[in-house]
Amino acid sequence: MLLNIDNLRKSYGTPDGAVQAVVDVPSFSLESGQQTALCGTSGTGKTTFLNLIAGILQPDEGCIELDGCLISQANEAARDRLRARTIGYIFQTFNLLQGYSCIENVLLGMRFGPGADRRRAGELLERVGLGQRLDHLPRQLSTGQQQRVAVARALANRPKLVLADEPTGNLDPASAAESLGLIRETCRENGAALLLVSHDREVLGQFDNVRDLAEINRAAAWPSAREGLP
Amino acid sequence: MSLLQIVLRSLRQHLLSTVITAFSIALASGLLMSVWVVKDQARENFTGVDSGFDGVFGARGSKLQLVLNSIFHLEASPGNLTWEQYELIAKDRRVATAVPIAVGDNYRGYRLVGVTANLFEVEYRDGKKYGVRDGYLFNPERKQAVVGSFAAERLRLRVGSTFHPYHGLIFDENKQHAETYVVSGIMEPSNTPADRVIWIPIAGLQNMEGHKAETATDVSAVLVKLRGSSSGMMMNQEFNLQGNVMTFAWPIADTMSKLFNKIAPVEMVLRAVALLVALVAAGSILASIYNSMNERRREIAILRALGARRSTIFAVVVLEASGIAALGAAAGFAVYFVIMSVAAWLIRQETGIVLNPLELEPVMLWAPLTMLVLGALAGVVPAAKAYRTDVAQNLNPIS
Repeated sequence: MLLNIDNLRKSYGTPDGAVQAVVDVPSFSLESGQQTALCGTSGTGKTTFLNLIAGILQPDEGCIELDGCLISQANEAARDRLRARTIGYIFQTFNLLQGYSCIENVLLGMRFGPGADRRRAGELLERVGLGQRLDHLPRQLSTGQQQRVAVARALANRPKLVLADEPTGNLDPASAAESLGLIRETCRENGAALLLVSHDREVLGQFDNVRDLAEINRAAAWPSAREGLP
Repeated sequence: MSLLQIVLRSLRQHLLSTVITAFSIALASGLLMSVWVVKDQARENFTGVDSGFDGVFGARGSKLQLVLNSIFHLEASPGNLTWEQYELIAKDRRVATAVPIAVGDNYRGYRLVGVTANLFEVEYRDGKKYGVRDGYLFNPERKQAVVGSFAAERLRLRVGSTFHPYHGLIFDENKQHAETYVVSGIMEPSNTPADRVIWIPIAGLQNMEGHKAETATDVSAVLVKLRGSSSGMMMNQEFNLQGNVMTFAWPIADTMSKLFNKIAPVEMVLRAVALLVALVAAGSILASIYNSMNERRREIAILRALGARRSTIFAVVVLEASGIAALGAAAGFAVYFVIMSVAAWLIRQETGIVLNPLELEPVMLWAPLTMLVLGALAGVVPAAKAYRTDVAQNLNPIS
């Protein structure tokens, strides 16, 4: 088992001083190489859920075990290390660094992991169809091309798990389909499991394994949790 | 990508603020070095210049004024000594050499000093005597002048040039003397106040048309070299403590040191101002980077999401501040050179003292290092802000 989650809880304080549970997942797991889509509308706590798995957030309760390592109990430095080496993250807004070229964005991803490997970075960008644009800045690329740089960066450190948060949310339907195919293919080629969240039926329809976040996350069932929370 | 490359990229991304902030550091560093070098070299030169003499005799009055007038050719003479008093000094067995000088005239602001030819036999520095570069020494019987190198350059005087002296120490074109002097020689540069002087025979100055006949044999001061180290103390006792006719300024360096000790508080204020400017410049680094932190929250969050540790982000910001300080400190040498070139020119023009901007001084090491340390310290505050950046909250675009 690559990822195993038990009784995971995360709450936020509200402006009126109350505590609001955002993630309350009794159980969730993912096999190595498995590709799973989570169906979740806005406010179901999907980004928080992914951030907990990535070690960006620390849970209030529960246990997250990734590749034999208890992320939930690890200190911040260990979580940073694990995120750099084991996890690739594709964001809805791509989160490319604007002052860095395509290849530098990929190399930066490697910098905090096993180390920069210019040849592999070039190969990955070649694989996603940007071999001729290694030195282009993100603003010189189309939205779809930026997405592909984000994919290459996510896979740069040969992660065991790729998290994708609404990766096609900013793309037109044609680019979305192409991009999704690329993400799935490259994850497969690199032996990485994929956990993707989306509310797009077209995207979800491509996966054999689709889970409804509202079923997994008990907090998502609460109406108030669907309003204005990450 | 190395940490250094990330820092350099960030500096390039914020090029305008980097350049402006580095410039303020450069100004501070340059100013710091200039203040220290001017202070140290001026003190060293003013207290080190004795023109080869041990002491100066002059009319009863201020020792400082006497030294400034006779050695540095600044200020007015405190009064005159008679020729008989000069002869008394010259014949004293404790005196090895006595050189009388007379002042009171100028040529276009450059002082004429009447002197006997034995001035040119005195070593003004170990192994160095005043020499003539072009032409020859004046003939004491004729209206001839030997012009200091700096004065010759400024006045465009050459061997064979003629000029009319002007009365007084300050140039007034209505006070021209009738005598015509011929330049017989141009002196070798000595980097001493003598370079700013036009030397003429003492009798020529004493007898210049318009000078009072009854003071025609007076001298303004007598420069002396003494025999033995105890002579100075004995003469100090005899002329300053027991006598009331003459003033004996001895040792010359001590007199100048007292002047610098008196103006020490002014030096301290200057130093404090320079240090404050350095602090303000470091503050500009802090403000510049701190203000950019808001727009960089997302960039920091992305780096953190990619696995960068908080300590790495902290180090990047501190290194960035240090980088700006290093750039500024390096550019500070250019600022220093510009300030010092102007200051050295002005000081030489006004006093004849030569400062050397290229001479290595300890401040040239510690001032840039201080700026570097202050820069790094200034980076700590924004670095702490970056350190605390919440990753999850800042990963989305700032609208």
